[in-house]
Amino acid sequence: MPKKVVYEAKIEHLQILDEDGRLDAKLAKDTLTDEQVVYLYEQMSTCRQFDEIAFKLQRSGRMGTYPQNKGQEANAVGAGLALQKGKDWVIPCYRENAALFMHGLPMHYVLLHWMGDERGNQIPEGCLMTPLSIPIGTHMLHAVGIAWAAKLRKEDRVVATFFGDGATSEGDFHGAMNFASVLQAPVIFYCQNNQWAISVPRELQMNSATVAQKALAYDIPTIQIDGNDIFATYKATTDAAARARQGGGPSFIEAVTYRLGDHTTADDARRYREQSEVDAWLSKDPLIRTRKYMESKGLWDDKRQKALEERLSRIVDEVVKTALEIENPSPADFFNSMFAELPPDLARQRDTMRTSSLGLDPDQAGLRSTPEGVR
Amino acid sequence: MAQLTLVQAINSALASEMERDDRVVLLGEDVGVNGGVFRVTEGLQARFGRDRVVDTPLDESGIMGAAVGLAIAGMRPVPEIQFDGFLGPAYDQLVNHAARMRTRTRGAITIPLTVRVPVGGGIHAPELHSDSPEAIYTHSPGLKVVMPCTPYDAKGLLLAAIRDPDPVIFFEPKRVYRSFREEVPDEDYTIPIGQAKIVSEGEDITVVTWGAPVFQCLAALDNLPEDVSVELIDLRTVDPIDIDCITESVRKTGRCVVVHEAPKTVGLGAEISSLIQEHCFLHLQAPVQRCTGFDTIMPYYKLELEYLPEAPRIQKSIEECLAY
Ligand SMILES: Cc1ncc(C[n+]2csc(CCOP(=O)(O)OP(=O)(O)O)c2C)c(N)n1
Ligand SMILES: [Mg+2]
Repeated sequence: MPKKVVYEAKIEHLQILDEDGRLDAKLAKDTLTDEQVVYLYEQMSTCRQFDEIAFKLQRSGRMGTYPQNKGQEANAVGAGLALQKGKDWVIPCYRENAALFMHGLPMHYVLLHWMGDERGNQIPEGCLMTPLSIPIGTHMLHAVGIAWAAKLRKEDRVVATFFGDGATSEGDFHGAMNFASVLQAPVIFYCQNNQWAISVPRELQMNSATVAQKALAYDIPTIQIDGNDIFATYKATTDAAARARQGGGPSFIEAVTYRLGDHTTADDARRYREQSEVDAWLSKDPLIRTRKYMESKGLWDDKRQKALEERLSRIVDEVVKTALEIENPSPADFFNSMFAELPPDLARQRDTMRTSSLGLDPDQAGLRSTPEGVR
Repeated sequence: MAQLTLVQAINSALASEMERDDRVVLLGEDVGVNGGVFRVTEGLQARFGRDRVVDTPLDESGIMGAAVGLAIAGMRPVPEIQFDGFLGPAYDQLVNHAARMRTRTRGAITIPLTVRVPVGGGIHAPELHSDSPEAIYTHSPGLKVVMPCTPYDAKGLLLAAIRDPDPVIFFEPKRVYRSFREEVPDEDYTIPIGQAKIVSEGEDITVVTWGAPVFQCLAALDNLPEDVSVELIDLRTVDPIDIDCITESVRKTGRCVVVHEAPKTVGLGAEISSLIQEHCFLHLQAPVQRCTGFDTIMPYYKLELEYLPEAPRIQKSIEECLAY
């Protein structure tokens, strides 16, 4: 018997808007309208401005650690637009702020989260999303479960989950891919391959040439795209969503992008990466390229840019003000959401947290002199 | 002798053991070029090379499972899990393999690994960066659990842990990482695993704690009336526990408060108070008091000091126990 090939595959790379703002008109057909391009540019700019302010808040001691989204915004906005607000789910990591905002999350919630306040995770009614996910690589399985539920209930719903290149090393990632594939769940795996997982470069993270090829093992349709190109991010997500809606199951998108900032405000990327590498990516910035394109089409000029910047700084200042003005949570706040109904011992811990240590029964301790109510 | 922080003392221990024993390999996320997110492994990759200080893929189960394999093959792996809250994916490898291998092979295969984990709250960190899971691993037979809180103790205990023939979890209280310096010898020394330390001697009451709360207890002691004499014990190792040290002290004082950051219920305070009633029942003048984290999810940092046993609450516990 001669040997035969039983499996062959290739990975396509999609770019529609290049670094110089030139569009491939053929590929761009039926993607973004001019208004949508302007809208996405504004959303990216909002996110960038939000990042700058969050960074300053951290530096001035008013916020804890914050992970900037800078340089990756084209992903959240393109995918965010391709998904239907109020119908499709967004299951994020922490570099998709714009998608959350576009799907209805009040912007100050994200600030609250990083200011160490769980109320930033209290997703408002009607926003179909989960909170920022801190344990890397764990939330993709939730996306699969949510998508599975949609399939079981025959709902017309798609679930998109976002994660980094590093996250694809976790076992849960592979579990999520396999479940999605076996169950043919309507889920989109959106990997923002920003080349780094804190200090670990992609080449040390994996020995495969692309992230996209990991989906081949699960027979999940997969593509690599330019993640700084809003046309590509929109188109790839739109195609994946359409496939999912038609019963075609999961899709995988590897978006090649770059983390222009430090990993978080607690990190110093100069310790592990060359400035020349960052510089090379600066020219691929999605904001710059989109603006070039808009200008070449007469959709944008300096005046509109200036007006946008003014508007954004007002909007973001307002958001910051809202976040800072919210009163601190009450000391007992962390008890109250523990269960639908607080068990008696927890209620006692809560009610005496300021007035008693934990172990002693006041009767036994002869402490009945404590005022009524603090027991 | 040099004045070192906890971070530097741990770094010094790792360096001297890597120098002495070429079976020692460090592995974990960001431990190489970046020197770890807390810089504990700073400079070690440059000094010992990429084969001995390894930036691994982002996979805690992988880190721990591969470390088990390295240990089976006769290496001395020192994996790092970047934060307490990310031990989850490593749990299976640690508890179901590392901890059990010696017993299930009746000694034919052993796992001399030391996993380092920054632990505890108080540094304004994000979610899952502030937990205290030491009781979980103490409850899992087959693991030793160490949590020093001073630079001197950390170096000696880490060297003992790496040389120990069995798996050790070495918790590093991150709140203390850079909070002070002390004299740490340049040369090797070990502190036996399982030996508590009396931080201050006293007659009226015993306070048992470990990790960062040692310093909260010291602050509480400062605020007590001068005539109250407190014996403060830093366990340093929580498993195996130094029951003799606790017993001797409580038999003398008749009163005891146990302080820990982890939640109260089924926390180590429960175990310690049970041990005390087993060993010191006739000497007790008051029920053993627990001053701990609450039975809740560790809150985000805005409320973390409400959750943690800070000095005022510890002081109150001591006063209540004394008033009994
Ligand atoms: C389970 C787990 N392990 C480790 C960490 C610490 N950590 C936070 S972000 C990060 C790197 C993530 O890299 P990647 O998935 O590529 O996402 P990026 O931050 O680059 O967007 C690590 C190791 C974590 N949050 N969760
Ligand atoms: Mg990354």
